[in-house]
Amino acid sequence: MSTPTRSGKVLHIDWTRCDARGSCTELLPELLRSDPWGYPLPAGGGSDVAIPAHLAAAARDAVGLCPVLALRLS
Amino acid sequence: MNEALWALGRGTGVVALVLLTVTVVLGILTRSGRPAFGLPRFAVTLVHRNSALIGAVFVLIHVVTLLFDPYAQLNAVDFFVPFLGSYHPFWLGLGTVGLDLLIAILVTALLRRWIGQRVFRVVHWAAYALWPIALFHSFGTGTDAGAPLFILLAVACSAVVVGAVIWRTTTAFQLRNRTTPDRRIEPSRIAADQKTKELR
Amino acid sequence: MTMVDAHVQGGHAITPPTGTARLLAADDPAHAAHLARFGALPGRRGADAVIAELERAGLAGRGGAAFPTWRKLAAAAQSGRSGVIIANGSEGEPLSAKDSTLLHRSPHLVLDGLLLVAAELGAAEAHLVTTSAQLAPIRRAMDQRADAGGIRLHETHDRFVAGEASAVVNGIERGRAIPRDHVVRLTASGLGRRPTLVLNVETLAHIALVLRFGADWFRSIGSSDDPGTRLFTVVRGGERAVVEAAGGTLLSAVLRAGGADPARVRAVLVGGFHGAWVTGDAIDAPMSPAGLAPFGASPGAGILMVLPRGECGLARTAQITAYLAEQSAGQCGPCANGLPEIAEAMGRVGRRDRNSSLPRQLRELTALVTGRGACHHPDGTARMVLSALDAFDHDLRAHARGLCQEAAA
Repeated sequence: MSTPTRSGKVLHIDWTRCDARGSCTELLPELLRSDPWGYPLPAGGGSDVAIPAHLAAAARDAVGLCPVLALRLS
Repeated sequence: MNEALWALGRGTGVVALVLLTVTVVLGILTRSGRPAFGLPRFAVTLVHRNSALIGAVFVLIHVVTLLFDPYAQLNAVDFFVPFLGSYHPFWLGLGTVGLDLLIAILVTALLRRWIGQRVFRVVHWAAYALWPIALFHSFGTGTDAGAPLFILLAVACSAVVVGAVIWRTTTAFQLRNRTTPDRRIEPSRIAADQKTKELR
Repeated sequence: MTMVDAHVQGGHAITPPTGTARLLAADDPAHAAHLARFGALPGRRGADAVIAELERAGLAGRGGAAFPTWRKLAAAAQSGRSGVIIANGSEGEPLSAKDSTLLHRSPHLVLDGLLLVAAELGAAEAHLVTTSAQLAPIRRAMDQRADAGGIRLHETHDRFVAGEASAVVNGIERGRAIPRDHVVRLTASGLGRRPTLVLNVETLAHIALVLRFGADWFRSIGSSDDPGTRLFTVVRGGERAVVEAAGGTLLSAVLRAGGADPARVRAVLVGGFHGAWVTGDAIDAPMSPAGLAPFGASPGAGILMVLPRGECGLARTAQITAYLAEQSAGQCGPCANGLPEIAEAMGRVGRRDRNSSLPRQLRELTALVTGRGACHHPDGTARMVLSALDAFDHDLRAHARGLCQEAAA
C-alpha cells in the first residue's frame, strides 16, 4: 500500500451556495460522502478537502459541473 | 445544389429542435437535483451541456446554409435583427429572436464562472422563452410543417417539455423541504430582560 | 524596561490609570473628561512600530476569537494597498452588553483607536458599526472633536450572526449583515475587495491605551497569557452588569464584582451562547485562556451567564439551542438543517425524554455541523451543546430516567 501523492490542490466548499445537488459526491466518492440532508461531507469534516494527484481530474470535473458554482479548487 | 442547401437547412433545423428539447428537459432535471434515465446527476448535467452545444452547432449550420439559399433570401442583418426579412418576415423573425436568445444563454453559460451565478441564472431563464419560439418558428417557416411525421415529432417534443415544466412547478419537484422554524424565540426569554446595570 | 510615568498635556501631567479601571476610567463620556484622563492622541510612529508595540503588549482581540491583534494589523499592512478599518460594535450576542457600555461610557477611546489604526496603516476609510441605541451617543462624541468627521457610522442588524466579521462587511456593502464565504482573509480582500481590518470596539479602545502608555504599562496588570484588563458582562436573571477586570481574574471574583453570589451559582456559561459551561465546583478557575482550557471554554467576548442553583442546566441549554437554531441565517445547508435537529434532540433531553440514544444523537449531529459553514455559528452551537452534555453529566443520566436532580419540581 502506498499513500496517494498529493496534488497540492484543495477543494473548497462554499456553503452559502451549496444546494445539495449531489454532483460532487458522485464524482468524488473517495473524498466526499453525502450527509443526511444531501450536502457533501468530507471524510475529515470541514469545508476544505486536500485532493490527491490521481483525483485531480475528477475534482476539476466536480468544480465545472457543480450547477451552483459552490466549489473552488486552489 | 440549391435543393441540397434547402434540404440541409430544413434537416438541421429539425435536429436542432430535437436537441434543444432534450436540453430543456435535462436542464429541468438538473435543477431538480435527481438522477434520471439510469444516469447519475453529474451525467445529467453533462448531457444537458453537451446537447446544448451540439444543438447550437446545428442551429449554426441551419442559419448559414439558409444564408446562401436563394429561396430564403436571408442576409446578415436578419441573423440578429428580427422581422426585416422578405420571406415570411414574422416566422423568420421568430427564428432570429431565438438565435439571439440562444447566443445570450450560451455565452453567459460558458462565462458563468466570471459573470457570477446571479447573471447566469437570470439569463438562463430565457430558455423557457427560447424553446416555444423555436417551435413556432419551425411551424411557421418550415416547409415540412404539414408533414405528418414532423407534426408527430413536434407533438412529442411539446409533450415532454410541457410535462417537465408541469413537474417543475409542482411540489413533488423539490426533494428536500427546507422549512424555517415558524416560532420566533426571544433571547429575552433566556437572558430575561435587557436591563443593563453598570458596576464599577 | 522603563515604564512611562507621565505624559505632559497642556500643562497637566497625565498619569496612566493604575487600577483595573482603564477603559472605564474617565469621569464621563465627554471629550473634555477623556482628554483630562488620558491626554491627547499620541504622535504618529509608523505601522511597523505600532505592530511591534502591540506584539509586545500581547493584546488579543476582544470580539470573541482572541486572535492576536498585532497579527491582524501586520496582515493588513502586508497587502501594501490602502485599505479599510471597521470598528465592530455590532454585539450580535444578545447577552453581551460590554460593547454598548463601552460606547456609551468611553466613546472617545474607541474613536481614538479607530483613528490611530487608520492613520498608521494609511487606510482610505474608517467605519464604525453599532446597534441603533449607540448611534446617538457615538454621533455626539464625533461632534465633540474635529478629527472624527471622516468616520462613517453604520447601524447593524439585530441578529446573532450579524457581528461576525464577514457579516459586518456584507452589512456595509449590501445592507445585509449575514456571513459570507471567504477563502481569502478579509485582511487581504474584504469591503470592496480592499484589505479590510475588522476590530472589536473594545480591542480598539485598548489599542488607544497601549499606544499612549506603552506595552509594559498594558502588561502591568493581568496574567501572562491574558495581559491587560477586559470587559465582562455578568448576566444574572434579568440583570446584566458590565465589569472591567484584569485578565486571569478568578471567575468567582468577576461574578462577585457583577453582583452574583458565587455560593449560589450552579454553573456559568462562559463566553456567551457560543461558549462552554463551567460548573460551580470550578468557580475559582482563572478567567484566562489557560485557566479555562480544561473546560473547553475561553474568555471569548467576556460573557458570563449565571445558572443559579435550583435551575436545570439541560433545560436552559435546550432553550438556548432553540434560539441559536432560529438565528441561523439559513444560508448554509448543514447549519440550516442540522441546528434545528440539534435543537429538537436537545429539547427532548431538556424535557426528560426517556430515549437513551439522545446524547449519542447529539454527539453525532454536532460533529456533523462543525466546520461546515461560512461562519462559526454551527461550531459555536455544537461546542455549547457538547459542553452541556459534559458539565451536566449527572443530570443527563437522571433525565434519561425521567428525573431531574436540580429542578425538583
